[in-house]
Amino acid sequence: MAQKKIGKQTVKFQNPPSIISTASIVGPKEGEGPLKEYFDIILEDDLYDQDSWEKAESKMLEDAMKMAIKNAKLLEEQIEYILAGDLLNQIISSSFAVRQLQRPYFGLYGACSTMTESLSLGSMIVDGGFADNVLCATSSHFCTAERQYRFPLELGNQRPFTSQWTVTGAGAAVISANGSGPYITHVTTGKIVDPGIKDVNNMGAAMAPAAADTIIQHFEDTGFNVDDYDLIITGDLSGIGKPIAEELILTKGIDISTIYKDCGIEIFDGKRQDTHAGGSGCGCSASVFAGYLYKELKKGKYNRILLVSTGALHSPVSANQGESIPGIAHAVTISNVIS
Amino acid sequence: MNNINSKDYRKYVNSKIPKPSYFKNCIWAFIVGGIICTIGQIITNFYNNVGLDKEDGAAATAITLIFIGALLTGIGIYDKIGKRAGAGSIVPITGFANSIVSPAMEFKREGYIFGVAAKMFSIAGPVLVYGFGSSIIIGIIYYFITK
Amino acid sequence: MEYLRAFLVGGLICVIGQILMDGTKLTPAHVLVSFVTAGVILTALGIYEPLVNFGGAGATVPLTGFGYSLAKGAIKGVNQNGILGAFTGGIQSTAGGIAAAVLFGYIMAVIFTPKAKS
Repeated sequence: MAQKKIGKQTVKFQNPPSIISTASIVGPKEGEGPLKEYFDIILEDDLYDQDSWEKAESKMLEDAMKMAIKNAKLLEEQIEYILAGDLLNQIISSSFAVRQLQRPYFGLYGACSTMTESLSLGSMIVDGGFADNVLCATSSHFCTAERQYRFPLELGNQRPFTSQWTVTGAGAAVISANGSGPYITHVTTGKIVDPGIKDVNNMGAAMAPAAADTIIQHFEDTGFNVDDYDLIITGDLSGIGKPIAEELILTKGIDISTIYKDCGIEIFDGKRQDTHAGGSGCGCSASVFAGYLYKELKKGKYNRILLVSTGALHSPVSANQGESIPGIAHAVTISNVIS
Repeated sequence: MNNINSKDYRKYVNSKIPKPSYFKNCIWAFIVGGIICTIGQIITNFYNNVGLDKEDGAAATAITLIFIGALLTGIGIYDKIGKRAGAGSIVPITGFANSIVSPAMEFKREGYIFGVAAKMFSIAGPVLVYGFGSSIIIGIIYYFITK
Repeated sequence: MEYLRAFLVGGLICVIGQILMDGTKLTPAHVLVSFVTAGVILTALGIYEPLVNFGGAGATVPLTGFGYSLAKGAIKGVNQNGILGAFTGGIQSTAGGIAAAVLFGYIMAVIFTPKAKS
């Protein structure tokens, strides 16, 4: 009998692990956005002194990991597991980033939902008593994602209104059995929900039902009310997906509108930065969480938040073959107090 | 959410999508496309004046415009024009050059054979396939009609 | 007047492309392919030639003009060489442009590196 499982899809930790440090690195465009003061490092150049975009992304992730370990005042040897993932084929950014660190490593793929996927699994490892210190990290890069999923950078095409801007950024967090919070108290793991959207330029709409499903399930499993949270924040539903998720949740009688935000909307200034629907990518919720959310939790502006990273699990191959886009969302409750 | 009806959902999503500003986009496409064609006319007239006949002049114009399109792509200007102009800079032959140079540049780091050379025609290749293919079919049909 | 006609015809052809892209989910690659094929077919039907006579570069510079050269070349090839001309004619008449695209494309790719969009 699983003692920590509550409801259908939720885990309630007995000894909630603490997030003892984070680190965030973002690209120049994100560094001009409304959250700029929260990021630890803002790159001056997207290439980060490397000779390819892929190497730049990997370096960003590696540096974010090392910085998070340093901020936690730990030695690299004290990290018992690394859980990391990214958007590139065969998650090369992550595997190459951890190559230097020489620590046990699980590579994850959950598309843009990877940040909460790694936080979920990391917390389970710590609460399960398998490790004391686990490093969770993800990254994405506009230029690497663009060439893999869309068109060459210099092609003179127009981006549709529904399209989103892949965030150049990396976020890392150290989860520990010892620490004074913020704590990860609950984890609701999402199912794949596929509403049949085939337009790869409208991922927000493809992921919104998955986010709504996970959030509704979370409330059902935990018995929480909307009032129990200061903030519910989805990963990258952005301008199109956010209102849809809000309405879908409202159909179940839950009104989250007053405390609901989306990382993809927060990270850019939609009017000034011409990002169309908003930000996306693993690095979007990772950098917003590791930068903005963690710091505001520490300061006490927020006391309990629900972070719901959302992923679109398609590939260029599946899209060309006319497959619809399956969505997924994982929710993590991060709280300053253990309830 | 699994009982979601994908047809209804698509309809619902479509009602949420802001409509593109057709008028503004078309004006931009018209002006930029028009300007590129006018430049083409100037170049054609120049070649005709220096003594090339109509067909050679047209070929020389195409070569010149392709060079301009390729150069503007290389120095990173063509995508900025394209962001505003849309079809205005995609449809002219300079856009064809852009579609060749941009993937070739993009994949340079994967090497000069599997990168530059192999990716060069990833967008323009289909244009040649359908262009060549249809013209050959037209030629064959013409042959049997006129025979 | 010649320039104005080129401007108007070229601009209008581009507007058709823009309406196709905004109104449907067609990508630039789809637009390029449809325009070349449309140029070939319209030329074969005898519709494009008058447009070229009226608009000059306005009709030859857009990709439909590439299709026009292909079809015209194929027909000319058939007249000169019979069935073999159907294969050689179109490509002969566009060989300059394609060769230029290959060479310049390669050179530019070697010289320049793509920059991140902002």
